[in-house]
This record gives sequence, structure tokens and C-alpha cells, in this order.
Amino acid sequence: MAFQHKHILGIESLSREDIELILNTGDAFKEINGRDIKKVPTLRGKTIINAFFEASTRTRLSFEIAGKRLSADTVNISGSTSSVVKGETLEDTAKNIEAMAPDIIVIRHGHSGAPHYLAERLETCSVVNAGDGAHEHPSQALLDLMTMREHKGRIEGLEVAIVGDITHSRVARSNIYALSKMGARVRLAGPGTMLPPGIERLGNVEVCANLLDAIKDADVVMMLRIQLERQSQTLLPSLREYARFYGLNTENIKLAKEDAIVMHPGPMNRGVEISTYVADGIQNVILDQVANGVAVRMALLYLVSGVESMQTQ
Amino acid sequence: MKAMLIRGGRVVDPSQNLDDILDILIQDGKVAKCGKQLKDSQAEIIDAKGKLVTPGLVDIHVHLRDPGLEYKEDIGSGTLSAVAGGFTSIACMPNTKPVNDNHTITRYILEKAAKEGHCRVFPIASITKGLSGESLSELGELREAGCYGASDDGKPVGNSEMMRRAMEYARPFGMTIISHAEDLSLVGSGVMNEGPVSTELGLKGIPWVAEDAATARDIMLAELTGCHLHVAHVSTKGSVELIRQAKRRGAPVTCEATPHHFTLTDEAVRGYNTNAKMNPPLRSEEDRLAICQGLADGTIDAIATDHAPHHIDEKNVEFNIAMNGVVGLETALPLTLKLVQDRVIDLNRAIELLTCGPSEALGLPVGGLQVGGDADLTIIDLDRKWTVAASQLNSKSKNTPFDGWAMQGAAVCTIVAGEIVYKLD
Amino acid sequence: MAKRETIILDQAGVNRAITRIAHEILERNKGSANLVLIGIRSKGDTLAGHLNVLIGEIEGEQVPLGAVDITMYRDDLAERGSLPIGKTDIPFPLDGKHVILVDDVLYTGRTIRSAMDALMDFGRPSSIQLAVLIDRGHRELPIRADFVGRNVPTSREEQVEVVFTDDHNPLEVRLIKP
Ligand SMILES: [Zn+2]
Repeated sequence: MAFQHKHILGIESLSREDIELILNTGDAFKEINGRDIKKVPTLRGKTIINAFFEASTRTRLSFEIAGKRLSADTVNISGSTSSVVKGETLEDTAKNIEAMAPDIIVIRHGHSGAPHYLAERLETCSVVNAGDGAHEHPSQALLDLMTMREHKGRIEGLEVAIVGDITHSRVARSNIYALSKMGARVRLAGPGTMLPPGIERLGNVEVCANLLDAIKDADVVMMLRIQLERQSQTLLPSLREYARFYGLNTENIKLAKEDAIVMHPGPMNRGVEISTYVADGIQNVILDQVANGVAVRMALLYLVSGVESMQTQ
Repeated sequence: MKAMLIRGGRVVDPSQNLDDILDILIQDGKVAKCGKQLKDSQAEIIDAKGKLVTPGLVDIHVHLRDPGLEYKEDIGSGTLSAVAGGFTSIACMPNTKPVNDNHTITRYILEKAAKEGHCRVFPIASITKGLSGESLSELGELREAGCYGASDDGKPVGNSEMMRRAMEYARPFGMTIISHAEDLSLVGSGVMNEGPVSTELGLKGIPWVAEDAATARDIMLAELTGCHLHVAHVSTKGSVELIRQAKRRGAPVTCEATPHHFTLTDEAVRGYNTNAKMNPPLRSEEDRLAICQGLADGTIDAIATDHAPHHIDEKNVEFNIAMNGVVGLETALPLTLKLVQDRVIDLNRAIELLTCGPSEALGLPVGGLQVGGDADLTIIDLDRKWTVAASQLNSKSKNTPFDGWAMQGAAVCTIVAGEIVYKLD
Repeated sequence: MAKRETIILDQAGVNRAITRIAHEILERNKGSANLVLIGIRSKGDTLAGHLNVLIGEIEGEQVPLGAVDITMYRDDLAERGSLPIGKTDIPFPLDGKHVILVDDVLYTGRTIRSAMDALMDFGRPSSIQLAVLIDRGHRELPIRADFVGRNVPTSREEQVEVVFTDDHNPLEVRLIKP
């Protein structure tokens, strides 16, 4: 079965077969990153625009490197979500970009649904979601799965704990979809103010009462970043208390399986959601995640390009 | 003015428990006679055989956007939309620019409606000056100028003391206080109903308690002050229950529900559909069913559209920043009739909810077909099948969540003061 | 209409051809020093493995063996879409090596072009030589094989398929007419 998705808007709309194909393609592309000449001509002549309406260094960098390693021309634009205030709508911005005939727009936006909005309105180019509001962050979930598969040899049957601010986390949502589709089990924990209603309906999810229940015998422990800037006093009394009840440290990590791996989408707040000793410990695969990010994004760009090229023919 | 004889229709007027095949004779804009086999050789004959003849429909919750926001709607287009939907009387909300917080604005609305309007318009005063929630509008003069009720609709009167004083002050003037019941601190930056769908879409939710808490407060204030409270656009199961209990206690409370809240749920938001974004938000199926129950058992007194026109540019944006509200005047009748088709309520109850129910809630002098009264009538074809096309709406704005819906039932002739103001075919 | 298949090379024939190619490679390169074998996925790599076994038997030692997947070097993304990408596995440096590129069937030459582009990304070999089991003609690029098992004149409508057994041993070569 060839890949059928012109756009990557979220994991929700992908099948297990799609996810496997993306991961396998990512595995194949990963080899390029170890070469001296880290470039293949696969997407020669393609133009990829990274439109980041929300600040991000690492995801943008990762997509940019992915595009360049495939020989696509990548261009970055950034702006704030409040560009509407300046008078131009997202549709106008997008149509202007499309008039320059790019093949793929990679979009990061503070509003949930912005990539869907673009995909509905753009005629030719593919849209790849690089994170929209608190909705989805598909490439992050895919690189997480790739990393889990690398370290655990499988995804099916894994017990994965995701801990932190689930309410505002697009990483959590995309991972819940992806892991559930691949047959893993997800356990969530976080402060009561950060567990949204109905989250268990998104997939094979158990909401745990506390951090310890979530990480007990887990194969994978994924700590989410506490968004310091988003923190209003109504959600948390203090980061100190957060660290105490929801932070991963050398003591509580012992509850997880001995060979458990520790993941984090970055950037980490050392001493808050993850202690420095865990962050630098051997169970930590955070840099593997970053490396796999480039490979999995190459896979996404390659796969949507095939669909896009066939349709424009 | 030529007399008019409406012949052979099924006349349903819940205000006088009327449901019979009758003729209605209209002279000088008034209902002259109502009975069997009426004859008048001078009168223009309107054959209503097989049709329903009801008092002109009444919508007590409309945003006409005039003055100041005419790019969304004006009194001409809004009242045309009303008569196309079978409405002969509408009450318009004061959140215009400027706000209807003094009698000059009320006069402007009434004069423009008399000149350019297609139906009766009853302006609603703001409770507080400029909708600021800080000081009372001149409710006495506003009542004199023609405002039957007052509301800060669009936002609640957040300060409980302010709301209390408004009710105390309005009561002797016989004005209804209309509450847009929301606790804004619980609404926060929410953009849709809080629940599994908001979680899935990653959109900030508005919990039901934001409405219930405010409804409870306003009911208690009405009981304290004795002022008539009308709760606008009830959207939650809890609010329906609070009002049910209040009515049992004899509290001076009425309420309304909108067609979108009794038809749709927050599932309609999927795909980030901005035409499913409104305030209060579309709720859960449980809430929707509770509203249907409230319509059936009399807890809810009226169906009102909360017709809220917005320009395409205000809706064709990301969901978070889209304006709240949908147009509703032209889809309210068939959606109400759908409740009849689905056996939620019977036909007489449906007509009650669209005529004397709303008019009594606001104390308007319309809503019935009493002999000697104003001849406002709507002739309805219950069998007419049609499809909603947003682009074809008479409203200036096309923001309906029902575009493409197959409907059954339509107003085929709308008569205001004995004059045909709208006719289909 | 049913397709007609003819066996143009049976198992013995295939084995003879591979054996001959192995000898020719060693003869041309004066032994196996600095020699590496790289097969093009997904059949050339299997053939390269067999060649290496034969080279090992003759020389007493096998040479480094790699595989290249040319999907990411294709020039037909628009026609064929995103084909699944296999793994390229060349775990040794190519600088200064004589690379024997191995494929099953040589046809338009585009696959070989892609494979050479890929190899260049891995270093600077002293030479690249091409070994194929079948050369069926119809070149679209100026490419020729150095070692050929069998030249088979074909028409463009026909297909040539090298068939392997389940345990990856060459079975036969079929000519399929439309
Ligand atoms: Zn309101």
C-alpha cells in the first residue's frame, strides 16, 4: 500500500500501517545522518517552507535539516500568532506563500486546528503539522515511537507513562494516538489541574492518581515540559511543589522497569520535571530522540512529496 | 387598506387554545373575525387549505447590529431575514455601537424599523451603560421609549451587587431583566464546551458550571428582588434543572433555548468549524436532551434564535479567534418543527414556543390572534421540503451551521398588521 | 490474454553465469585486493552475496559486501510516488576501492545511474565496475556492463524476471511476454 496522505495534520488520521511505513522509512533515512556527505537528491527541486508562527528552535531546525538532507530548498518564515492583529489573516498569509509555488508547508501555530485550516484552503501544496496549539504534534510522536522501537525492539505491549501538563500538551495527544494504534498502553499522570476531561477516550489510556502509579513497571517514562510561561497561579502552587510530586528523580525512577528508558520532548527544565541526575543518566534517550527527529521528518517530507507530486502530474 | 380573508387553514393559536380549521378575516390591519365559512366579497382571498395558520412568530433574542455594525446586518436585512423565517416580531439586543443604553438609540431603532423594517422590532435596553457593568442605564426612560426588557447580552453582569440593583430598579418599571448567565472567571479563555471533544481538539473548554453558577445566582436575585428574570439561551442540563426548581418555588423566572442548542452538540465543532462556535457553546448530548425535555415539560418558555450575524472575515479564521454566534432567523421554524417530527414536542407546543411563549416572557403585546388585535400571522407549509443554502439567506451574514441541511416545513406567507411582508412562490 | 513465460536461463545456467562472472572479476582486477561488492536492492544484493561466496572459494577470502537502495536517488518520484525506501548498508569506506556494482537485470541504465550517484556520496572509489546477470538492451543512458551473464534481446513490452528460491538461491530467469 502506497502512502495516501497528502497532508500530515495529526496522528489521529493515520493508520497503524501508515505509522509503520513512516517509521521504516525513517529507519532507512537515518543511515544518511551517519554519512560524511549527509545529503541525498531525493527531493531535489522541491521547495519546503517552514512557517513557524510560534517560537520554536528545535523543531524548526530539525525540519530544516531534514529538508536540506533530502536536497529540497527550505525557507523559514516566522511570525507571531498575533499577526492577525497586524491585519493579515492566516488564509492570506498562506495564499501568498502558495503563490510562490512551494511543495510543502510545514506549519507550527499557536492555535489548534491552524494546519487543518490551511489544508482546507490551499490548492496544491502539502501541509505538515509541526505542532498546533494543544492539539497535535505528529512528528514528535513519530520520533518518540522510533526511539522506543530502537531501544525496546517493539512498540506493541509497551507500558508508557506520560507525566506532566496533559491539558496543554500536543505531544501527549499525538503520543496517545500513536501508541494506542501501535498496541502500547499509555498511563497518564499530572496535577489535577492539568488532566483534561475525557482524555482516556483518545486511546488505550489509563489516568493514574499519581506519578508513582504511572511509572510503576513502565517500559518508557516520558516527562513533559512544564511550560513556565503558561503557568498561572491557578494551575500550580509552585514549581518546587511540582518537582516534589510530579518530578522524576533517581528515587522514583526505580519503580519503573530496570531497563526503562526516559524520554522528554525538550527543552528540559532540570530540577523541575526531571532531576539533573535522571536527565544525565544512562536511561535517558533524549538525544536519540533528537537524532531520530531528523530521520522521521525526512520520512514525512519524502512520503507526502510522493503523494503531492503524483497529484500535480 | 384592502381586507384579506385567509381561508381554510388549520389555525393554531396556543394563546387561546385554538386548533381548528377556520377562516380569518383581516380588516384595517386587525383580526376582524375568526370562524367557519367566513365571507367577504371585497376581501383578497388567501387559500390556506392544507396549511397551518399561526400568530406571527416572535423571536425575543436577535442581534440586528444596527446602529454601528451594519456590515454584519442592519434593520432592513435583519427584519427581512426575520419575515423570511416566519417571524413578525423580534426583540433586538443592545450590544450595538453605540449601545442601546439611552432612549435616543431606542428611538433611532424604532424609527428606522418603521421606515425600513419588514416586521415589528422591540429594542432591548442595556442593563448597564455601555455594557460596562458599572452603572445602570436609564431604564425608566428606556422603558418609556419602548424597551420591554433589559440585558447586557453578550456578557453577563459580573458584579452581583450590580445585578441586584438592576433588578430592584427595573421591577417597578415592569421591565424584564434578561440574563446572559455566565461566570466569566470560569469561562476564562474557553472557546467551546469543556469535554472530551475539547480535549481531543486541543481547544480550551468552557465548563457547564460557568453557566449553572451564574443562572443560580440570578434566580436567587430574582427571588430576592421580585423582579422578572428571563434567562437567555439556556444551554446546560443544570440550568434547565435550576429553572425547573425555581419555577416550582414560584420564582418570577422564564427562560429560552435556541434551535442550535436543542439541535446540535459540541461534536459539530470537529474540523474546527467556526460556524459551530457560539456563546454559550454547543454542549454535550446530555445537555441537548435536557433542553428538549425542558421544552417539552414547560420549563423552557420560548425558543429564541440568538441570531448573531458575523461577517465572513470574522468567521473565516482560526477557531480560537473566530467570533461567537450564528444566524438563526431563517432556520428556527423548520428546526422547531423537526422536534415535532421527532416527537419531542407536539405541534401546539412548538407554536406556543414560537409565539405566546416568547411574547409573554418579555411582556410583548403580540403573539396571539385575538379578534380586535393586530393581524400578525404566519402561514406555514408543514410538508414543504427544502435545503438550507447559506449563500441564499436573506441575512447579510451567512454564518449558519446548518448549511446544506435538508429541512421540512417553511413559512410560506408572513403577514404583519394585515400586510403581506413575505411570500414564498 | 494470458501472459506467456519462457525460461531463458535455468538454475544450472544461472550458476554457470555467476561462476564465470566471478572469475572474470578476479581476472580483470588481478585478484581480490581492494575489491568490494555492492549489490543493488532488492535482487542485486542477493546476487552479490552469491558472487562473494564464489570469490571466497576461489581466493580463500571473501571481500567486503554492501547493499545500496537507490530509491532516494530515483528520478521518477512524480510518476511512481514515494516508493518504500530500503536500507543502504555500506559499512566500509569506498575511497580507493574497486567497487563491483551488482544488479540482476540491466535495462534503461537509470537504476545504475542512481546507484552510482549513491556510491559517490559514500566516497571516491578508484573505479566502479558493473556486473549484471542479464543485459536486455534498450539503454537510455550511456552505461554499459563490464560483466554480463547473458545478453538477451527483448522488446520493451516484455519483462525479464530473475527468480530466487525461498532460501535466496537463484532458480531461473524468465522472459514474460505480454
Ligand atoms: Zn447572550
